[in-house]
Amino acid sequence: MAQIFAYILHSDGALDDTALELLAAAKKIDANAEVTAIVTGSGVDDACSKAAQAYKTVWKMDNEALSYPNAEVVRKALINTLPADAIVLMAHDTFGMDLGPGLSIKLDSAFASDVVDIEGVEGSTMKLIRQEFSGQVSAHVDCDISAGAVINVRPGVFQAAEGQAGEVVDKSGEIGDVSAKRKFVEVLEAEAGEVDITKSDVLVSVGRGIEDEDNLEIVFELAEAMGADVSCSRPIVDAKWLEKARQVGTSGKTVKPKVYMAMGISGSFQHMGGIKGNPFIIAVNKNPKAPIFQVADVGVEADILEFIPELTEKVQEL
Amino acid sequence: MEILVCVKRVPDTAENEIEINSDGNDIERDDLVYSVNEWDNYAVEEAIQLVDEHGGSVTVITVGDEESEEVLRREMAMGAEKGILLDDDAFEGSDGRGIAAILKGAVEKGNYDLILTGAQADEGYAQVGGMLAAMLDYPYASLVNMIEPGDGKLKVGREIEGGNQEVNEIELPCVLSIQTGINEPRYVGIRGIRKVASVDIPTMGASDLGLDAGSVGEGAARVKRIDYFVPEMGEGAEMLEGSTEEIIDKLIELLKSKGGIK
Repeated sequence: MAQIFAYILHSDGALDDTALELLAAAKKIDANAEVTAIVTGSGVDDACSKAAQAYKTVWKMDNEALSYPNAEVVRKALINTLPADAIVLMAHDTFGMDLGPGLSIKLDSAFASDVVDIEGVEGSTMKLIRQEFSGQVSAHVDCDISAGAVINVRPGVFQAAEGQAGEVVDKSGEIGDVSAKRKFVEVLEAEAGEVDITKSDVLVSVGRGIEDEDNLEIVFELAEAMGADVSCSRPIVDAKWLEKARQVGTSGKTVKPKVYMAMGISGSFQHMGGIKGNPFIIAVNKNPKAPIFQVADVGVEADILEFIPELTEKVQEL
Repeated sequence: MEILVCVKRVPDTAENEIEINSDGNDIERDDLVYSVNEWDNYAVEEAIQLVDEHGGSVTVITVGDEESEEVLRREMAMGAEKGILLDDDAFEGSDGRGIAAILKGAVEKGNYDLILTGAQADEGYAQVGGMLAAMLDYPYASLVNMIEPGDGKLKVGREIEGGNQEVNEIELPCVLSIQTGINEPRYVGIRGIRKVASVDIPTMGASDLGLDAGSVGEGAARVKRIDYFVPEMGEGAEMLEGSTEEIIDKLIELLKSKGGIK
């Protein structure tokens, strides 16, 4: 079995939740694997020592050029240090999407992303599970790892593993030339909106099922009757029907209400990733196969355009 | 600026309930509505806007069969000048790396400053743009939601966690994967598609692209889908049944008990 590596996300000395999820994923590849964590950045001793509480070996790559995780720069550091047939795990987030595909080409290894489960390895085939068509169906996928692999794992699907303490190995001197044709400039923080949905106890959240901008009125009427705030999923913001500050999801806001009403929202993992604190989730969707019904507490199969006005009327009568 | 936009014909998940066929090896495709991958539409719109402002031309390209021609024509009706169809039996069963290798062959036949893809498509790998860039040794940025041209380079915004935007400078030529929401793709009517109905769309195969047929297609694929299945759902939602009135009564009781109605 080739050596397994996990690329660790961290900020301000703290490890991202995915850091130990990747260890769990590695154990599914090989229960006895001695996994090497890779920590890149500038001034990463805290992150390295935290990673070394769970990982057998931690590769520290400390360099000013790595201070912001620019995927093009990190990729160079990795191809200069990784062995040819490495199995590299990383989170399938906005950084992993930036890094993984190109890294697999430069390592001449296989690439699979948004992996939701790993069933093990048979010979040189890694048995993976993915979802396709916006989560409506799952697929068994065979990945030929004979020349190594880059595996991007969906955040939040593996339960963080408990590892054993290991040691930090300083690889900073081996990263070589990391100059890149893409330069990081700055991060622009998202603008604040008229409503802070991160503080709402009850959210009426609307998705593609609303069909038309003019129909949003019925959502606001329901929210008003309930004393709730209105949030939404990505397509509503893409269409410019509601402001970005109302978007729930990994690329929007992380909310922690008591009650979350998903109205005409299919429930992509990026959307669900923005809902924390285990709220009571009510889903209304006309598609009985919508993935939202797998995660909701209560579901109603209905067209929200008909259902919402009737619900509003009843709530108003209370 | 000469811009190449890579597009894909996909089942429209907003319009279809995806069902698995009886063999479990594919989805039921007979009655599916197909359209251009949603992300690609934003990529084409962005390319057209860049060319409108800064000059140049837009070419749309796809790997597919003759049915994929309709998505090329649709994107040409939006304003792309040229379309190229990459069609060869040898391409069938390609994984992401194979598709990127085919596209690389086509890129090298042209002279493009900028190559755009959608950030992801129906299978959700989000891989072809990054692979293509690495094969070409071009710089790459994914999930791009802002492009501002400069001298020999672009200022690009990437959508990152929390709705924040990561700003980068990237040298040309480069490959960018485009995130939805970067613009508002124009509407294309039947009339627009009729206008481009007779424009010639050249088709290229493995030999035209100088590709060894063994380097693409099913034989070369390292990542293969074995079957589709419906996962066991755990508990899943308790589905409320009955008349709409009964459902609403139950829902209101639940909302009251969970603090959902103030």
